[in-house]
Amino acid sequence: MRGSFSMISKTLSASAIAAGLLFSAPAQAQDDTIKVGILHSLSGTMAISETTLKDTMLFLIDEQNKKGGLLGKQLEAVVVDPASDWPLFAEKARELIAVDKVSAVFGCWTSVSRKSVLPVFEELNSLLFYPVQYEGEESQRNVFYTGAAPNQQAIPAVDYLMSEEGGSVERWVLAGTDYVYPQTTNKILQAYLKSKGVADEDIMINYTPFGHSDWQTIVTDIKNFGSAGKKTAVVSTINGDANVPFYKELGNQGIKAEDIPVVAFSVGEEELAGLDTTPLVGHLTAWNYFQSVDTPENEEFIAKWKEYTKNPKRVTNDPMEAHVIGFNMWVKAVEKAGTTDPDAVIDAIVGVSVPNLTGGYSSMMPNHHITKPVLIGEIQADGQMETVWETTGLVVGDEWSDYLPDSKDLIADWRKPMSCGNFNTATGKCGGKATN
Amino acid sequence: MTILRLLALLLPLLTAFVAPAAADEAELREIIAKFATAKGFAATKSIVEELAAVGDPAAERPLVALSDGDLVFRESDREVFIGKESGRTVRLLDPLTGEVLGEAKKSEISKIKVNNTLRRVIRDAVGALTLSSPDPVVRIAAADTMFKTPSADAIDALDAAIARETVSSVRRKLEQARASSVLVSDLPEADKLAAIEMIAEMGSRDAASLLIAYEAQSDGALKDAATAAIAKINETLAFWAVAQNVWYGMSLGSVLLLAAIGLAITFGVMGVINMAHGEMVMLGAYTTFVVQELIRSTAPGLFDWSLAIALPLAFLVSGAVGLAIERGIIRFLYGRPLETLLATWGVSLILQQAVRTIFGPTNREVGNPAWMSGAVDIGQMSVTFNRLWILVFALGVFAVLLYVMKRTPWGLQMRAVTANRRMASSMGIKTPWVDALTFALGSGIAGIAGVALSQIDNVSPNLGQGYIIDSFMVVVFGGVGNLWGTLVGAFSLGILNKFLEPYAGAVLGKIIVLVVIILFIQKRPRGLFALKGRAVEA
Repeated sequence: MRGSFSMISKTLSASAIAAGLLFSAPAQAQDDTIKVGILHSLSGTMAISETTLKDTMLFLIDEQNKKGGLLGKQLEAVVVDPASDWPLFAEKARELIAVDKVSAVFGCWTSVSRKSVLPVFEELNSLLFYPVQYEGEESQRNVFYTGAAPNQQAIPAVDYLMSEEGGSVERWVLAGTDYVYPQTTNKILQAYLKSKGVADEDIMINYTPFGHSDWQTIVTDIKNFGSAGKKTAVVSTINGDANVPFYKELGNQGIKAEDIPVVAFSVGEEELAGLDTTPLVGHLTAWNYFQSVDTPENEEFIAKWKEYTKNPKRVTNDPMEAHVIGFNMWVKAVEKAGTTDPDAVIDAIVGVSVPNLTGGYSSMMPNHHITKPVLIGEIQADGQMETVWETTGLVVGDEWSDYLPDSKDLIADWRKPMSCGNFNTATGKCGGKATN
Repeated sequence: MTILRLLALLLPLLTAFVAPAAADEAELREIIAKFATAKGFAATKSIVEELAAVGDPAAERPLVALSDGDLVFRESDREVFIGKESGRTVRLLDPLTGEVLGEAKKSEISKIKVNNTLRRVIRDAVGALTLSSPDPVVRIAAADTMFKTPSADAIDALDAAIARETVSSVRRKLEQARASSVLVSDLPEADKLAAIEMIAEMGSRDAASLLIAYEAQSDGALKDAATAAIAKINETLAFWAVAQNVWYGMSLGSVLLLAAIGLAITFGVMGVINMAHGEMVMLGAYTTFVVQELIRSTAPGLFDWSLAIALPLAFLVSGAVGLAIERGIIRFLYGRPLETLLATWGVSLILQQAVRTIFGPTNREVGNPAWMSGAVDIGQMSVTFNRLWILVFALGVFAVLLYVMKRTPWGLQMRAVTANRRMASSMGIKTPWVDALTFALGSGIAGIAGVALSQIDNVSPNLGQGYIIDSFMVVVFGGVGNLWGTLVGAFSLGILNKFLEPYAGAVLGKIIVLVVIILFIQKRPRGLFALKGRAVEA
């Protein structure tokens, strides 16, 4: 639980000092602050990814307080540790909303943790900002999805590889970890590839358990699949720790990016930090943000972040940017509504637009997803990505995939009077799918 | 284009005899200068093609630099250099001669961007340019590239290269490259049949993929010959696939053996259910990380020795922690398996969180020494060096441990205490200390395993969790209390897993292995190699 307590106390004391300077009030009373919940695992398997997001939130709250807080009040972070334990996420979410009375919660990483807190947010009517790319097929009134939906990451990546510039790929390996995000994404991709005329025998789907470390057989299979005379690429939804041994095996078996490129959706700057990336140069990742993006906004953000963490080697990544966008949107919506009341914020936030770090603006859409640019990056020898391709404009997050038969007729629009997360355009009724 | 390419291939020949043409160099420099103003990948690609068409082997250096992402230009005057980063500055080299021309700050230069399509174009171009390189390794690489990208225009150049080739292995590669080019040329059918035969003899996957592509567009006798050749290659490949599976199984088995061998002592010999065993492995891996960090900052020349230095240290670190756990907790809990299980589980969580606090939750980079990177091809299967060394290492650790247990006085005492504690005690053996040292030995071995596993897995606080279940599985399957059982258990589970994986997939494969073990334990509760005699009752 690195520094979580010291971080909190540091933030608190920092905000107390800031407040003291501004109002020269003797003490900070409880009611004078707006509380923000941070629901990220600080221990257990997911700590590797989520700890950074907790730090990001503390940083953003600190920055906002330096600017004078929100609605004239200081923000106060409430950090809890759901310990990578899915049921504990629901308990901790309940604690944040009911006991700590937070105005909004920023958190979750895995889809299963998000699913486990959904009923809590619905029941207690609070707000959740979810910063990670996910499989879509969901839109909930209390949740704002600031990460990428499949059409903001997976589909543009496949489009790029199919294009002449990307290598005119004709044969596809869809490799993923065996859980909901890769399964759904691969289902969407498979339907999409077939709609583009790719034959069944040119698609190989492979699933591996969490934390899989022996990739010899699978990498050999990929190599064999790729030597059928057609240009082949691997679309990887392999999660977390399993990536490092996967890439090591690719490097050792001599699979070069020129021959079989791997495009990954879950590998960012943080994951590559634990790896010598020299053999991986040329493999691809698809995200909506890279640390290497050359804009003044990004430069300023990175400089401030390194200063805040007092670590000149600290990297930034895509989910961090999603939190930056989500947090700024929430701040703007609260200012617009003049209150932190969830219902008012939900009404106010649709249409709010804030600068993202890639030099444009991201807006909150009526389906509670946001607009983002899509970038394809090449892994470099220093562990950073270099953008080799990007979409010409912003892409609107599509919550219900158009390529799955179950969801192609569904749309979500949380503005009144529709106020529905799964409106079926074919039948004209809300509630198109039993699961939601 | 044809004439140009022909020239391109013949020029190196000429330049070898004639003095280097100055006009060529000027021409090359002129083309290279265009890189600085190229907009987009398509423009860069046409410059690469232009550069290759000149056909001067000197073009190899700038092309390879471009492919490696080292070709840069100075923003002030748009002059193109090869840039080698050294700290905050970049050394600028001449793109053709490689001479050092000066230095620049990183902000003053821009990199010329490449992507995979460009890298492929460059690789093909360089292949043709380096056909007459003095280094046989480079010539083999050139022949391999030309084999994969057949072109009828290349035949003459290849013929010339074959005629002057003196090394027989390189000549063979060149002939194969020629055969693949013959298939796409308009030479008579007899030549093509001979070419198919030659490619079929290679028996490799590349050969098969070339013939599959050819089969689709040929007809008549040629098509039949290609079909027959593919069938023949597939036969060879099927045989090698079995060999490959056995190798993968042994490699997985060696990892299982390494992870389980320490547990075979703490659980197998002492009967302690040690849930913190995985964390001992993790501590060993982190010791490797610390050693490598120290070496990187103080003596980079020793990097290839980092693992050898880390081994004894990892043994000591994990052994010391093991000793502390035994003295502090486990010795109060002998004979109470449930409490031991819970207490060691708690210890494992504490160790994980402690490492997370000290080193952070993210993965740490542990580098592979040069002798552990890469692969060697044996027939049609590739054997990666890191896996090979881990197999050797696992067997070495096993042999040493066996020696300690069977041939040293300490091993004798250990076995005496396990066989009959009271009797051993009355013979004057200090049983509490034997317990403590045995536990420390098991933990230390786990630490050594961590050094090896850091080479193939992530070094993160969760490292140990991935191995604990597998380790128990191996020890229970092999037979508790028997080192040989652990060896046989590890390898048979590894091979079984790898034979199932291609058919059932990694997820189902693992489930099937687990079911097999459960059924096996039902039939033989004491595992493969059950201890017999009075020791069992003790």
